[in-house]
Amino acid sequence: MESKLALTVDGEEHAIVVDNRTTLLDALRDHLGSTAPKKGCDHGQCGSCTVLEDDRRVTTCLSLAVAHDGASIVTASGLSGDDGLHPMQQAFIDQDAFQCGYCTPGQICSAIGMLAEAADGSPSFVTDDLAEAPSLTDAEIRERLSGNLCRCGAYVNIVAAVKQAAEEGTA
Amino acid sequence: MTGAIGTSTARVDGIAKVTGTARYAYEHPFTDPVYLYPVQATITRGKIDTFHASAAEEVDGVLAVLSPWNAPRLADISDPELTLLQGPEVKFRGQIIGAVIATTPEIARYAQSLVEVGYAEEEHDTVLRTDHPDRYPEDDPQTIGDDVDQALSDAEIVIDQQYSTPEEHNTPMEPHTSVARWHAEEQHLTLTTATQGPHSVVDTLAPLLGLEPQQLRVVSPHVGGGFGSKAAPHAHDVLAALGAMAVPGRSVKYAITRQQGFVFVGYRSPTQQHLRLGARADGTLTAIDHESFSQVSPVGSFSENASSISASMYAADSRRLVHHLVPLDVPPPHWMRAPGEAPGMFALEVAMDELAVAAGVDPVELRLRNDPPRDPATGNRWTSRRLVDCLHEGARQFGWQDRDPRPGVRRDGEWLVGTGMASATYPHVMMPGTKATIRHNGAGRYTVRTGAADIGTGAWTTLTLISADALGISPDRVTMEIGDSSLPTATVAGGSSGTSSWGSAIVAAAEMFRRQHGEDPDAGAQTTGGVSEDPLAEGYTAASFGAHFVEVRVHPGTGEVRVPRMRGVFSIGRVINPRTVRSQLLGGMVMGVSMALHERSVRDPRFGHVVTQDLASYHVPVHADIEDMDASWLDDSDELATPMGSRGAGEIGIVGSAAAIANAVYHATGLRLRHLPLTPAVLLGD
Repeated sequence: MESKLALTVDGEEHAIVVDNRTTLLDALRDHLGSTAPKKGCDHGQCGSCTVLEDDRRVTTCLSLAVAHDGASIVTASGLSGDDGLHPMQQAFIDQDAFQCGYCTPGQICSAIGMLAEAADGSPSFVTDDLAEAPSLTDAEIRERLSGNLCRCGAYVNIVAAVKQAAEEGTA
Repeated sequence: MTGAIGTSTARVDGIAKVTGTARYAYEHPFTDPVYLYPVQATITRGKIDTFHASAAEEVDGVLAVLSPWNAPRLADISDPELTLLQGPEVKFRGQIIGAVIATTPEIARYAQSLVEVGYAEEEHDTVLRTDHPDRYPEDDPQTIGDDVDQALSDAEIVIDQQYSTPEEHNTPMEPHTSVARWHAEEQHLTLTTATQGPHSVVDTLAPLLGLEPQQLRVVSPHVGGGFGSKAAPHAHDVLAALGAMAVPGRSVKYAITRQQGFVFVGYRSPTQQHLRLGARADGTLTAIDHESFSQVSPVGSFSENASSISASMYAADSRRLVHHLVPLDVPPPHWMRAPGEAPGMFALEVAMDELAVAAGVDPVELRLRNDPPRDPATGNRWTSRRLVDCLHEGARQFGWQDRDPRPGVRRDGEWLVGTGMASATYPHVMMPGTKATIRHNGAGRYTVRTGAADIGTGAWTTLTLISADALGISPDRVTMEIGDSSLPTATVAGGSSGTSSWGSAIVAAAEMFRRQHGEDPDAGAQTTGGVSEDPLAEGYTAASFGAHFVEVRVHPGTGEVRVPRMRGVFSIGRVINPRTVRSQLLGGMVMGVSMALHERSVRDPRFGHVVTQDLASYHVPVHADIEDMDASWLDDSDELATPMGSRGAGEIGIVGSAAAIANAVYHATGLRLRHLPLTPAVLLGD
């Protein structure tokens, strides 16, 4: 069975027909040629496929495309504007927060989504005081990004990049 | 030299990677692609009796079903790992025994489930054990110096223990992907694949497929990690090629699933090790006897030789090294970061910590006392052996002095706290054979082309810096081209040899270019040069060294081990790009934490497959597992090793790091643990 759906990806509107079994990730990669969301596990275990859907971070391999009719999605390719890279992207370059680069678009989307969640006051497992707004300690950043695996082991530099971007007030 | 080498430089592929526009193998713009999904054996040993594909073939959208009976015949079947679909034999569970090619990935995967396979099943054996009746020594024991048994019986202190490391899988974030297109008229195959060496893929696959090298092009500009598993073509590359030949003119896309990444793309064999150290009362080593065992596949010969690390690491007048192979019904083990060195150094460096305790000598001091002035394996001079400097600098950075050696006495709240250290080493490898082409594009701009691979190492950038200095120009005037077999031939990104091998070729080509074309060449001037032999002089041994220092916290109630602080100091020759080298060293150390605490592929002996075949059950560190960690290096240059003065940096970070953590766990708890990984169950005495 197939279904028609509309997706806005990185500001561009698309009307596509997909097999109902197609994941949102495969719709982006196979149908729309989007290279930013990556397939690392296809089971929601690695975070490489993370994008921002309505400003929230989403693992696109874990849901079917047909459930996202009308969705507006921003991938790492859609973060940079006319004035250059998104500050989170620049921070990843400055801090050498990646090696092979395969988890990187997902890490960046996840980091942006995470900063927004923290700014909204959402606590994490390591937040001590649930009544207070969480402060972005290293432990908070690590905990909140632990859904994004990096097998090259760039974690130290990713935390540095997220702090750089956060200090620049890009949440 | 313009000083590009040594300048911290952002990756030239950085913008492409942070915007997700760098194209990995699956992501190139293929016209009208089709999708392949394999059929895998559901027995571990035996023969295929029946292969019924009609139900699959009838599915709308299925273009072809490959089986051992209808697949194209291979021209060269000398490598059993790559001899795919040529007969009914099943040698390991999950072996590729067929494939479905269809117009969509969903159809291919569904149709594959309709293929009915019948087997004549035989008994199998997948358990590594040192008393296995079929075990055999890989080579004669390597005996160096005096009789080791005599030296051990004369020794004042003897450490005599068994160690083991588990089966581990490389699991790069990008699952192996191969996209093949057979151009029937031109009789030409294009393989867009994730590889650590485009030319090595051509060298291996062209004869297999009955092609001349010029009939096969391998494209691989960006690779999502490899850690050895992409250092040679595996079964999936052959399958994509066979699939392409079945549907000429179509791009056949095959991205392995994460689960398939635990089957046929290589892994680190488990090791069992027996180590005996003999020493005088002051800890001076007199004997090293290192015996190791790893498994070997019926369709491969790769050997995880863990004992050879003990040949050159420390001084001792008598030494014996032997490695045994145990043939099992398993997929072929293959390279995984520091193969042999990583598991071998775990055993040696834990044994050294045990010797330090037995002799009452500080672990750093013990290593200083046993530093060999010449390579004990050969009597060679070292080009540069600065382990001692790494130990001193690491101890200084970490604050090791005045360490209380008593185990199990420090508490911070509920947590037991301890510190540990270990040495690191990795041999210098320079592979001759790389060629590079230098072309002047006009206006002082140059293109440098070689078939190297950047698997995350930073080669795109590192080779740009080497080219700039070799040509005496600024790096922004260099355009690198790598990652394609249509470029001049290059050796593989493996054995920490990439920068040494490719960089040496670029330096040689640039010198030749200047000789031929001078400092003010015409636009279009071009020279191809390279290095045909390793410049290391007879009588020298070159190797990198390092030292890891670790603090751990162990929770006695849960058995959890945390690593709040870790420092690595390395001697790796001249550092080409400090920014990317630090990342490589840190990445190796993270993989050492992973080896120590997390990774284990659990192979079920009843069914012969790895049960922990995804990233939920095969554990690697996440952000929350890595805390305060840093890597640094000595101000160094080793021009006897390479013209840049550099040595390899890709693997040394994982060597010794797991031992440093195990030694710190001993210091925290008093538990001497010799079998990885150190999971909570192990800490709680399971």
